[in-house]
Amino acid sequence: MADQSRETLTINMGPQHPATHGVLRLVLELEGELIVGARPVIGYLHTGIEKEMETRTYHQNIVFPPRVEYLATMIEEVAYVQAVEKLLGITPPKRCQYIRVILMELSRIASHLVYLGSAGIDLNITSLWMYAFTPRERILDIFEATSGQRMMHGYMRVGGLQWDVPADFVPRVRAEMEELPRRLDEFEALLNDNLLWRGRLEGVAVLPAEEALRYGCTGPVLRGSGVNYDVRRAFPYSSYEEFQFDVPLGERGDAFDRYLVRMEEMRQSRRIILQALDRLPDGPVSVDDRKVVLPPRRELVRSMEAVIHQFKLVSEGLHPPRGEVYSAVESPRGEKGYYIVSDGSNRPARVHIRTPSLCNLQALPVMIYRGYMADVVVAIASTDIILGDVDR
Amino acid sequence: MSGGATPAALAALLAALPDAVQEQVEFRGEATLVISPDRVLEVLAFLRDRAASRPAVLTDLTAVDRLPLEPRFEVVYLLTWYDPPARLRVKTRLPGADPQAESVTGLWPAANWLEREVYDLFGIRFRGHPDLTRILLPDDWEGHPLRKDYPLVEEPVEFVGRVPPVPSRAIPWVPQQGE
Repeated sequence: MADQSRETLTINMGPQHPATHGVLRLVLELEGELIVGARPVIGYLHTGIEKEMETRTYHQNIVFPPRVEYLATMIEEVAYVQAVEKLLGITPPKRCQYIRVILMELSRIASHLVYLGSAGIDLNITSLWMYAFTPRERILDIFEATSGQRMMHGYMRVGGLQWDVPADFVPRVRAEMEELPRRLDEFEALLNDNLLWRGRLEGVAVLPAEEALRYGCTGPVLRGSGVNYDVRRAFPYSSYEEFQFDVPLGERGDAFDRYLVRMEEMRQSRRIILQALDRLPDGPVSVDDRKVVLPPRRELVRSMEAVIHQFKLVSEGLHPPRGEVYSAVESPRGEKGYYIVSDGSNRPARVHIRTPSLCNLQALPVMIYRGYMADVVVAIASTDIILGDVDR
Repeated sequence: MSGGATPAALAALLAALPDAVQEQVEFRGEATLVISPDRVLEVLAFLRDRAASRPAVLTDLTAVDRLPLEPRFEVVYLLTWYDPPARLRVKTRLPGADPQAESVTGLWPAANWLEREVYDLFGIRFRGHPDLTRILLPDDWEGHPLRKDYPLVEEPVEFVGRVPPVPSRAIPWVPQQGE
């Protein structure tokens, strides 16, 4: 203890802490107010979803993805069914792909709005939470009208959709998208030149681009550091190559850049949705393959073959060929990938979920190193992690 | 369907280290390499730095239990090049008794938690890992749940009444014979 100034203090933050966005525990080492070491402790929300998925058929597994990440549920479901479709080597019809794009982008907007609200509440801007939840609530209403559920939809099917969208879907989404810019302008008028907001976010939790790459960060965390990587662009899926949109990039890699990237992503999502609504094709929403998709109800009373197909699909399920695939989507948090190994049976031999939150959280100690204790909350909010996604 | 073209990095690897690749598989437009466990570091270091103009990013690291096949475990590395976009999967096979692989944390810090997760759920040890401890499960947990011989059971519920059925009994696991 000769050199008193080098003494550090270890304090515990979480797992039950309102600003950790779930059950995250941080062991922080402080030198005065400065952070000289941080060790995230995770696993409090581990539910063994990967093991569960090995014991259920490919169709039964559709319920799990929205429970992994519960803020962008439509994107999660597409991520899983797309991997199975790749395994089977089938492509859903255009109308299905466009509806998926619309629902996924709505999900992205809803998820970024939760980020905005919770980032605000961490900095004691409690009214922002209320403001941000109003448009989100209306998006969830659209999901409810479409699938019957607000969050755990189960709307995606291997090879298509559960059913077609309701008759008023297109005008309703369009009305919502016409309303959205006014709301986003309102948020930006409140925040962009707000002295407190900028003071707390600018220059805080800086992540240089090379560090972000070394840690495998993706999504707004990576793009906030200026690296142009978006799965929708790099490895297009679900007809994303047919839409025009920009990939917003940050420059400094701080919390404020990540906020700006997410705000701009919401506007770009609106742009994609409007294009998809304009060009929404007619036609079936599922592939015409009775070995994959259940036969329509009306066929069951007429056709013995349809009854057999229904029975085989419900009792046994799909039998994809032997092989392994990795299929990724761009979730609001980054690259969400499903790695599925098939042994030819009706249950996957192995499902691994590559979650963006885990990799982004791993870079948190880099972001907050030599930062102030009070900025840890800002850093966590700016990574926009979901603990269900981290722990699975 | 996303997947990316077969990366130019693969051709560079085959030209530079032709004897390292044991097996090469192409399925649904995805390239997979199988390499021997003692050459993991050499091959991955080559792929990261010298195979393309930009360094590769470690997108994912996981493992597969192939019981009853031997070698039983596969460690799977998924590499991504962002510009131009390309993906490559590299696998190495480990024996069922005392599986050990070289840690790649020196190449990518991203591997740190991913290797801890594989250790936690599969019991595969990574030589040279700075802190190989359990990450998702409690420190005093017994066994490695993602192994195929680890049964799926429910924790006893401390309520009086119906005992929930054991899911693995509802859908029993049947080992697949042969490749």
